[in-house]
Amino acid sequence: MWQVALKMLTGDRAKYIALIFGIAFATLLMSQQVSIFIGLMSRTASQVLDVREADVWVMDPRVRYIDEVEALPDEALGRVRSIDGVAWAVPLFKGLAMFRTTDGLVNQVSLVGVDDETLVGAPRVWLAGGLESLREPDAILFDAQGADFIWPGQDPLAAIGKEAEINDSRVVVRGLVDASAPFITFPIAYMRYSQAITVTPPTRNKLSFVLVRARDGVTAEALASRIEAETGLQALTRDDFAWRSILYYLTRTGIPVNFGITIALAVIVGAAITAQTFYLFVIENLKQFGALKAIGATNRQIAGMVLLQAAVVGALGFCLGIGTCAVFFSFTQDVPALEGFILRWQVLVGVGVVVGLIIAIASLGSLLKVFRVDPAIVFRG
Amino acid sequence: MAHAVQSHGIEMEFGSNGTRTKVLHGIDFTLDMGRLTMLVGPSGCGKTTLLSILSGTLRPTGGDVDVMGRRITAMADAEKVRFRRDRIGFIFQQYNLLPALTAAENAAMPLVAGGMSLGDGAGRARAVLETLGMGAHADKLPRQLSGGQQQRVAIARAIVHAPALIVCDEPTAALDAQSGRQVMDILKQVSADPGRAVLVVSHDNRIYHYADRIIAMEDGRIAGDSADDTLPEELHVH
Ligand SMILES: Nc1ncnc2c1ncn2[C@@H]1O[C@H](COP(=O)(O)OP(=O)(O)O)[C@@H](O)[C@H]1O
Ligand SMILES: [Mg+2]
Repeated sequence: MWQVALKMLTGDRAKYIALIFGIAFATLLMSQQVSIFIGLMSRTASQVLDVREADVWVMDPRVRYIDEVEALPDEALGRVRSIDGVAWAVPLFKGLAMFRTTDGLVNQVSLVGVDDETLVGAPRVWLAGGLESLREPDAILFDAQGADFIWPGQDPLAAIGKEAEINDSRVVVRGLVDASAPFITFPIAYMRYSQAITVTPPTRNKLSFVLVRARDGVTAEALASRIEAETGLQALTRDDFAWRSILYYLTRTGIPVNFGITIALAVIVGAAITAQTFYLFVIENLKQFGALKAIGATNRQIAGMVLLQAAVVGALGFCLGIGTCAVFFSFTQDVPALEGFILRWQVLVGVGVVVGLIIAIASLGSLLKVFRVDPAIVFRG
Repeated sequence: MAHAVQSHGIEMEFGSNGTRTKVLHGIDFTLDMGRLTMLVGPSGCGKTTLLSILSGTLRPTGGDVDVMGRRITAMADAEKVRFRRDRIGFIFQQYNLLPALTAAENAAMPLVAGGMSLGDGAGRARAVLETLGMGAHADKLPRQLSGGQQQRVAIARAIVHAPALIVCDEPTAALDAQSGRQVMDILKQVSADPGRAVLVVSHDNRIYHYADRIIAMEDGRIAGDSADDTLPEELHVH
């Protein structure tokens, strides 16, 4: 009977294609929305995760996420360095600054100051220049998107060598880096720590974070709790801090609610389309199933037929939808708003489960209908 | 000779408690093998309902039915389905062929439901279609066939598994006179098998002369039977 089920399914080409496209659309809608949401949320942590060398981030106890800065007194660096298990500890400055081009255009930029000696915290992927270019006097680096934002419509590489002012101090663009897109869309500029703290307005404290590397054989977790115990500062492992940042945006902003609504709508619309098309398909074939029942097909055989039909359209629709989603993200890798957004396998599995559930519910619903159909209906006009 | 069908006081009521209507009022009769019996009567008198009950597709609210000595009214649903599949052939007014299957595949359905592969079943069905003059159409889809041809495919489906009882509800009602005659000719031949009974429900008086026996119904009761010469005068055929 499975061959009969497949022929019934593919026999009406228009309905068959509509079914597959309905499910593909639902799959695409869900996987794409969820991926964008996850991509956006992971951007909130990108600046933490990008600093691979640091095992532990030390900060003021009041700091809740990466974009919130409560500067530490300078001596915090020395206190952290003196703790047993610390291989090295370096300062990191993070703050906002006004960047003025020679044309007089002013942009607010997110300024990162990295340790003068080790340059820990600077990106590792260079589009122009290199780590050493940051050591040149008055050097400033931008990420490619930032450069494009400040000098729109130009080849970002043309920014190299441009003079500008940051908070009224002269700087020269010495390199272009490729940094993970941050959640906050200001351009990111990098300078040496010593430079960064001189160009920013004088405040009592400038040290935003202390980046710590654990000595071999010391776990990041153990070191973080030791630093907290001995300094009274907040010390988080890289992953913890990344999660803190994600959770902050998840719990303290309207983004998850808005996205939650969008995703819920995607699921509902997707479920409605999928369930509806499949349910209608079965209902339209009710008379055929009735004839089969009269002729002697058991409910079990008919259930097998309906479930096979559901599985086939479900699998084909899901593959088509997920494939389209993957292709979509591969084409949008260069679009700044969507850069770094990928189809994660967890999303693939999750959406697969949801689509499977929807199909299962739809086929069980239509099965009830088929079970209840009186084979005697075939005698009626 | 054993009776093909024996019914005892069949009653049928439709509707829920509030609006119950009784459609069959205690029907008793027997059908013999090797015969084409026609069940006739005005529209709405309960012919289709009775046919559905005799063929085990509808459970009566009262009475018993034995088919080939088996009490189908006492069977559980699953057993009844298997009994229908193995022993009964169905022919409907609207043919009820599956539009996605070829004529041969459609005709093979009772065999396929019984576990045969679609290919093997279609092979067997093809031979049956040939005996019905439909060999050239075995690979066509129903929509490529005329009504008369579709009904002949339905006949092939009803006989492919050599059932003992064949029930037909208004098999010629949707056909022109010539196709109707072709279909009845075939049914007449099929009924000649001494191991088989054919029951045809009809109110098409053009085909009454094919009957070996005519049972007349009226308002849910048997109003006459040619077997005991109680048929109303207007139904007499030569
Ligand atoms: N499923 C049903 N529910 C309610 N009434 C029904 C049902 N099936 C048939 N009837 C009624 O039973 C009566 C007999 O119908 P039917 O057996 O189809 O007559 P016939 O085939 O002789 O035209 C009609 O009045 C019809 O309306
Ligand atoms: Mg009728």
